[in-house]
Amino acid sequence: MRFGVVVFPGTWSDTDCYHALGAVLGYRVDYVWHQQTDLSAYNGIVLPGGFSYGDYLRPGAIARFSPVMASVARFAADGGLVIGICNGFQVLCEAGLLPGVLLPNSHLQYRCQWTNLRVDNTMTPYTGTCRPGQVLRVPISHGDGNYYADEATLTDLERHGQVVFRYCTPDGEATPESNPNGAARNIAGICNQQRNVLGMMPHPERCCEQVLGGTDGRFIFQSIASYLEALGG
Amino acid sequence: MPAYLAKVYVSYKPTVNDPQGLTIRDGLHTLGFAQVKSVRAGKYIEIRLEAESAEQASSQVREMCRQLLANPVIEDFRFDTEPV
Repeated sequence: MRFGVVVFPGTWSDTDCYHALGAVLGYRVDYVWHQQTDLSAYNGIVLPGGFSYGDYLRPGAIARFSPVMASVARFAADGGLVIGICNGFQVLCEAGLLPGVLLPNSHLQYRCQWTNLRVDNTMTPYTGTCRPGQVLRVPISHGDGNYYADEATLTDLERHGQVVFRYCTPDGEATPESNPNGAARNIAGICNQQRNVLGMMPHPERCCEQVLGGTDGRFIFQSIASYLEALGG
Repeated sequence: MPAYLAKVYVSYKPTVNDPQGLTIRDGLHTLGFAQVKSVRAGKYIEIRLEAESAEQASSQVREMCRQLLANPVIEDFRFDTEPV
């Protein structure tokens, strides 16, 4: 099982992802520079957090033209697992691999804090080891995490089970107070209809070790591993 | 080839909340501009380009807006082109 962690100019959470997947969870993992176009060695691709291209114009707007992104789109179209975290989620939306867009936080503040996430769909490669409705404690760190899509798209996402994570209270209630950025319907993470592309604003790679304050991020990476193992990866 | 200057204005669609505009409005109220009803903030981009004609310059700038400068999910755009 081998993961590729994509590095754009301005990516900053690549080392966190590399550390979590490699040193902590014991998988093979490589950095993939954004000029690279061959992804054939990998079972899963991670688009990490950061400020690719300085967030110029809009977060993710320039990164989507990097050579690697055409390969990521093909990888996803072939059913490969692609997880975009924070800036990676923004890139996936700008690239059209996920619907909607991440707007500036409604209060205009950068938020770096722990959040509670309710798992609303466990039938994805990313949440297979979770219980339905399980609450995961995962940190956020972003200024543009306010998920937006028009009402028809939001309804469509819910109907197809594409809302994977919602911000919630520790008891699992999706309240306005538990929403850290104004995201529509408390959405913290969504997947595509095929379930193989996931975007989420919170950082599971930053909570895989107790020394960092929590280990709930492991549920997501171990779900990926279980899914790939079942496929014979 | 003739040169043109395009002035591109990108703004949030009316349905999209604009917290930056709201904050600017509140600031103007604090300064005493009580007559300010609303503020919407956006982006202004100048592009110099060469084109065979004003029509060709316009169609190129329109494509730039569609493909990169504005995100159609949340933003509208408009632009003027002038010969330079």
